[in-house]
Amino acid sequence: MYYIDPHIHMVSRTTDDYETLAKMGCVAVSEPAFWAGYDRGSSAGFRDYFEQLTSFEAKRAASYGIQHFTWLCINAKEAENVSLSREVIAMIPEFLDRAGVLGIGEIGLNKNTRNEATIFLEHLDLAAKTDEQILIHTPHLEDKYQGTRMILDMLTGDRRLDRSRILVDHVEEHTVRWVLEAGFWAGMTLYPVSKCTPERAVDMVELYGPERLLVNSAGDWGPSKPTAVPDFILEMRSRGHSEQAIRQVVYENPVKFFSQSRNFTFEAPEWAEAEVRHP
Amino acid sequence: MSTDAASSELLDDEFLPMRARILELAASLDRTERAGQDFQEDPRWGQLQQAVELLLGAGTDRTERLQLLFSRPYQQKWREAWHM
Repeated sequence: MYYIDPHIHMVSRTTDDYETLAKMGCVAVSEPAFWAGYDRGSSAGFRDYFEQLTSFEAKRAASYGIQHFTWLCINAKEAENVSLSREVIAMIPEFLDRAGVLGIGEIGLNKNTRNEATIFLEHLDLAAKTDEQILIHTPHLEDKYQGTRMILDMLTGDRRLDRSRILVDHVEEHTVRWVLEAGFWAGMTLYPVSKCTPERAVDMVELYGPERLLVNSAGDWGPSKPTAVPDFILEMRSRGHSEQAIRQVVYENPVKFFSQSRNFTFEAPEWAEAEVRHP
Repeated sequence: MSTDAASSELLDDEFLPMRARILELAASLDRTERAGQDFQEDPRWGQLQQAVELLLGAGTDRTERLQLLFSRPYQQKWREAWHM
């Protein structure tokens, strides 16, 4: 089964991971800008990061036959610094026409503060003015429900935004319904401890159907498993779901969502097209 | 296959993994209690007790209710409160 990981932070991973992903059938990844594990001291640090995301990382992926796409922003954790955030937001348009840039992300909330909400709204304004797609991070653990509801309030409060071009990520059992019923795409993140397991992700597919649902590893510098999407595929198979149903979630849905971005220059491998035509 | 047959088969598959996870939980609770009594005033201990009680109830939405138990509440008028 060939698949796409729609949320993974490959700058934090080794080349061995690229090789393993390629061997397991990964044909493309999408990498949102995120927190580096420390707060950057200036907007110049973000400029360097955006350069890495839009140039070197794509080449690194290509050497393993994986197509690399990316999203740009200042993440929710560093958004607590409003002046730095505004400098970064002002710089983002310089990079939006680069190959593989799919939009603004992963923006969102972390501790659900006023500053985070202010910068989230300013990112939304940028996305609306530049007609970019949006990828959204929802908070962790006890902050997730409150933060997700606040994010949905802000999204639905802006009539300029097209809900079918927005992905709300890291949904779990208490947030997925709110996201889907409001008309957004929802991403389920498979993590070893927090967020979601492959078993619970398949439960959600069974409860809500495969429409507008994506599954990702969100592999990064912390405890995470870059090959988590194949674990989801295996769980779907073990419960008797058809190959077509699995392919819809792990391949066709990401292609459908990302295709709304002008820089999604994905070239479907010949075999993948054949599988879709002759399931 | 009838619903009863399907749920019986599912229980065949799930019984040992569930038994193992319940034992892990019991061992964690024992370990905490062996370490002393200080934890009993900790609100997280109360949350864990509520969570275990919730598992004993009926229904098909235990996971969602557990998630909400471990969540901070959402205030609908947060934007007005912050003048945003």
